[in-house]
Amino acid sequence: MKIKVLKNILSANDQRAQENHELFDGHKICAINITASPGAGKTSTIMAAIRALKGEIGIGVIEGDISSSIDAEAVSKEGIPAVQINTGGACHLDATMLSNAFDSLPLAEIDLLFIENVGNLICPASFALGEHKKVLIASVPEGDDKPYKYPVMFNQSDLVILNKIDLLPYVKFDRQRFIDAVRGLNKNATIIEISCTTGEGIERWLEWLATTIDDSRE
Amino acid sequence: MHELAITQSMLDLALEQAKKNNAIRIQKVSVTIGEMSGVVDECVRFYFEILSEGTIAEGAELAIHSIPATARCRQCETRFEVHGMDWICPMCGKAQIEIVGGKELYLESIEVEDED
Repeated sequence: MKIKVLKNILSANDQRAQENHELFDGHKICAINITASPGAGKTSTIMAAIRALKGEIGIGVIEGDISSSIDAEAVSKEGIPAVQINTGGACHLDATMLSNAFDSLPLAEIDLLFIENVGNLICPASFALGEHKKVLIASVPEGDDKPYKYPVMFNQSDLVILNKIDLLPYVKFDRQRFIDAVRGLNKNATIIEISCTTGEGIERWLEWLATTIDDSRE
Repeated sequence: MHELAITQSMLDLALEQAKKNNAIRIQKVSVTIGEMSGVVDECVRFYFEILSEGTIAEGAELAIHSIPATARCRQCETRFEVHGMDWICPMCGKAQIEIVGGKELYLESIEVEDED
C-alpha cells in the first residue's frame, strides 16, 4: 500500500520554531539569528552592540558555537546574561536546542536576544529557530565571491553585514562585486559595511537593530 | 553532518505515518531533496541504513528524487538551471535572480505492508 505524505522533513523543527517565536512575542523579545563563517566577527559585532545598548535595553545572548567564541567572561563583565548551548559537535542550532536554553535566561528582562549560530554558512540555513530576523556576517578577507558559494544563506538573510572594511586597502576584495552578488541573490536584504576594529559603520548596525526591535513589537 | 538530524526527522515522519496506517513494515520511503537544500544524498542513505535498524523501516528501499537548483531572472523572466556557481542568466547575461527550485526537502510517500 502506498501512502502519500508530502510533508516537509523538517516540519517537527518548524513547529518547534513557531512555538519559540510565540514565546519571544509573548515576552516582547526581538530574536536575531546570527550566522557567519568562523572568524567573520560574529562575537565582535555582537559585543559592539552590547557595549552601545546595555543599560538602555535588556540584552541576552545564546551562544551556539561548537567551541565558545563569545568570551563568556567579557559578556558577563558587561552584565549580560549568556547561555552556551552544547551542540555536541553539531554543525547548526535547531529549534529544540534553542528552547532548552530558555530556562537559563531571564526572559522577562530581555528585549533583544542575540542567537550566535554555529560558524558555517550551510547547515544553519535549513533550521528555523523562531527568530525575527536573520543576520549574515561576511568579512573582507573571506573574498567577494562568498554570496555565490553560499546562495541559500545569502538569499534568506534579512541583513548582510560586511565586516573588516578597514582591511579593504590590503586585501583583494571587490566591494562592488560583493554588493552586486548579494543584491543579485536577495533584492530585499539590507547591506551594512562595518569595521569592529575602527568602529566605522557600527552606528548603522545599531540603527538597524533599533528599527528591528520596533518592528518586532508591532 | 546535519544529514544525521535530517535523516532522523525523515525516519520519524515515515514511522509516524506507518503507525497511523497500522503498517507492520515499511518497504519503500520516497523523498524529494533539492540540490540547494544543503543535504547530501549519500549521507542520507548512509544514516538511513543505521537509524532504521531495529525499526519497521529496516531494509526499506530509499528512493531519492533530486530537484535541480533553478533560478528565475528578475530582468527577463527566463528560468534556468544553475550549475556550480554560475548564476548568470543565459538569455540576458544579468545576475539578478530569484531561487525558484532546489530548496525542497520533503517526504513524498511511503509504501507499507499492513496487518492483513
